[in-house]
Amino acid sequence: MENKEKKDIFESIWHFLASVQLAIIVLITLAISSIIGTFVEQKAEPAQNIALLAKFFGDSAAPSVYNVFAKLGFMDMYGSWWFTTFLVIFSINLIVCSIDRFPKTWRFIKTPQKPMSGSAIKSLPIKKELTFKAGINTIKDEFMNSLKASKYHVSEATEENSVRLYTQKGKYARLAVYVVHLSIILIFIGAIIGIRFGFKGYLNLPEGSTSNVLYESQTKSIPLGFYVKCNWYDTQYYEGGDMPKEFQSELVIIEDGKEVLKKVIEVNDPLTYKGITFFQSNYGMMPNAVGQFVLDITPAGRQEKRIWLRFGETFEIPGTGIKGRIHDFSPALTRDRNTGRLITYSDNMVNPAVAIEFMPPDGNNYVGWILKRYPETGIIPGGHSVKFVDYWGVEYTGLQVSKDPGVWLIYLASILMGISLYICFFISSKKIWVDISGDKKTVSVVVGGTTNRSRLNFEREIDQILAHASHAIEGRSNK
Amino acid sequence: MNSSVFFDISAGAYIAAMITYVIYLVIRNGTVGLVASGITIFGFVSQTAALIIRWINSYDFWMSSHPMSGFMEALLRGAPLRNLYESLIFFVWSIILGHILIEFKYKNRSLGAFVTPIAAMALLFIDISGTSKEIQPLIPALQSNWLLFHVLLSFLGYAAFGVSFGAAAAYLIMVTESKKEIPYIIGSVITGIFIVVLVGMGIDFLSLSAAERAQLIQSHFLRASLRSASGGVAAVSWVVSIAFIFVVWQFGLGLKKVLGGLNLTHTMLDEIEYKSIAVGFPLFTIGGLIMGAIWANSAWGKYWTWDPKETWSLITWFVYALYLHARFVGGWRGKRVAILALIGFVAVIFTYLGVNLVLSGLHSYGSG
Repeated sequence: MENKEKKDIFESIWHFLASVQLAIIVLITLAISSIIGTFVEQKAEPAQNIALLAKFFGDSAAPSVYNVFAKLGFMDMYGSWWFTTFLVIFSINLIVCSIDRFPKTWRFIKTPQKPMSGSAIKSLPIKKELTFKAGINTIKDEFMNSLKASKYHVSEATEENSVRLYTQKGKYARLAVYVVHLSIILIFIGAIIGIRFGFKGYLNLPEGSTSNVLYESQTKSIPLGFYVKCNWYDTQYYEGGDMPKEFQSELVIIEDGKEVLKKVIEVNDPLTYKGITFFQSNYGMMPNAVGQFVLDITPAGRQEKRIWLRFGETFEIPGTGIKGRIHDFSPALTRDRNTGRLITYSDNMVNPAVAIEFMPPDGNNYVGWILKRYPETGIIPGGHSVKFVDYWGVEYTGLQVSKDPGVWLIYLASILMGISLYICFFISSKKIWVDISGDKKTVSVVVGGTTNRSRLNFEREIDQILAHASHAIEGRSNK
Repeated sequence: MNSSVFFDISAGAYIAAMITYVIYLVIRNGTVGLVASGITIFGFVSQTAALIIRWINSYDFWMSSHPMSGFMEALLRGAPLRNLYESLIFFVWSIILGHILIEFKYKNRSLGAFVTPIAAMALLFIDISGTSKEIQPLIPALQSNWLLFHVLLSFLGYAAFGVSFGAAAAYLIMVTESKKEIPYIIGSVITGIFIVVLVGMGIDFLSLSAAERAQLIQSHFLRASLRSASGGVAAVSWVVSIAFIFVVWQFGLGLKKVLGGLNLTHTMLDEIEYKSIAVGFPLFTIGGLIMGAIWANSAWGKYWTWDPKETWSLITWFVYALYLHARFVGGWRGKRVAILALIGFVAVIFTYLGVNLVLSGLHSYGSG
């Protein structure tokens, strides 16, 4: 007695966890709570969301409403205990309902199809009845042909005064839905593996410097196991404006004192070494840094030469006697529209320019601005060219660094999900039965079928098979 | 060659087609129906030409700034699916394609009156939202091979959901007996709100100077009516809007007689509603969610960050997953699932437009 009760409780819990009602409730709950999470800014400064809440609840009530919301986890909702709980319930529901239903589907697939009598076929959801004045065998042959033409493998059973045909197609498609469920679970497992065994962090690496750690937060660093060096960082712009075209860094991996890998990374084109991936994420200027000016110098008609200089240092354009001295620098030079004066309009290297004081042998010194983005500004009298390549050593590259050993599982599950979703919606499991019975004069044919998908389509298919067969039978009896 | 002429021709054709379809619905004259289909196909051909020309132009545009690119790279980066304007144009193209396919398959023109308005509303939206029609350079984040496939499949999915919205709306009108039925109330209110918002934006558009129009959604959204600074204007707008939604609810059922007179059956509408979702759901799951996640991972090393765009596409996915489970396992039928089809498309619109335009005031993400 007690045992039975226990079993009942277990069973009802099982049924609840397997039920589509639970699925519906969980989906609605996840949807609604996710909506709230998109309106309340996640992991933000309290003031931001208090200001948002003030629009709905008024200035005085907003802070206390905020506190209630914050306690309930709405400010970091997707990581809150209750949202995680719903995701767990969602997974349990997926698993339990799949386990619950799978045996039935499996039995359905494994049970051989049996022929059906005319009266049994008439109880199917889709059924058609026809009569012919032709021989049973003729009719059978034509129905066989018509079904074969529609790519069915037909079996037949002969009874007294009747022939029964039966066939099915796509029975394994019924498994696809389980594969979809499985792939969702695999994605969750992949995500858990990533959280448990992987890491996500960042690394701001100044030009020319090397690091063997990355940072998860300002205080927590994680060792890389090797060294990474940033050779240079560069932003490229589209012509005629300040729209960025590419953010690039040249990274070098150094292990045991040796350079093992070198790559210029861009957004959408990271570098991966030993499972750790470096993504171009942002960039910036280092405060108070002093860098070096990289210039490409080409005396008219001669070879180009690259030189590195510090502020105030001088150089000579080979063979010309013209000397130059670094005079000034602006990270973003422009001409003020109103005053016509040269100004710096940004702290970032949007339009870097170097002012060089040129000192020709004749003593007529002059200062010229050379812009990195506009090499034609570097042509000086005499046809010589001074190209401003970079002000190197003042920028850092902002790298997003991650290791995610679960991501392959997520990709695999995604492919699995894509294929199984396709099968789920576009391949239906269909069964057709035909009963041909009667005496020599009139033969009645009953055709019926079942499907797990679109009934209307299947009905159309059966109609076509019927029409095809009837046409052929009539053709033969007219001969 | 400039694509805008062909776009204008197609936009004109779709709006003309919408009117013709509605006339066809009312007077049920076969010739009118044929004309409506003809105009639609004409518009579609013109728009296809426009898309191809734009693609060629964007290809050249890419090549001019990236002369070292190979043919495939320039082709992928030049695909005209790169900003709000281009994606909306593609959405219209896909929904019209879906409509033409259905018309051929079901040999029935009546659904046109429900689907072409969605296309026309999208075109109207493009114009009044002041979104830029220029070919713009591609920012680094968008320079990925995933861009084309992600956006292409997502929008084919969105268009399929749009068709299911049209079918569900027509279905609800056909099967509703009384105006007091809850599914009908929900359906007519959703439709009413769509129209109110669009008209409200139209008023914004007219009240703004040409320069301000580019910022319509970001800074002036419904400021000329429902969200007006003047209390009187706002109050009147609300009253008029509610009255209008009431009118939609009150007279929407009038379409029932019209629909009944055509050989449009509610089983057929129910099937189109489901089938569009059956096409849209895998496209959206694979193209929208999965490819989006893979792209995010290859660009930033995070496949899922719960940002509003991602979250809203997941919400959309939940709604359609709910539709499918309620329908096939839960035994929900007819009106109840039709409502879910309507809600699903509202989520689609919010995923695409709402997040970029409305939530961008709250979040840094998404400038279109």
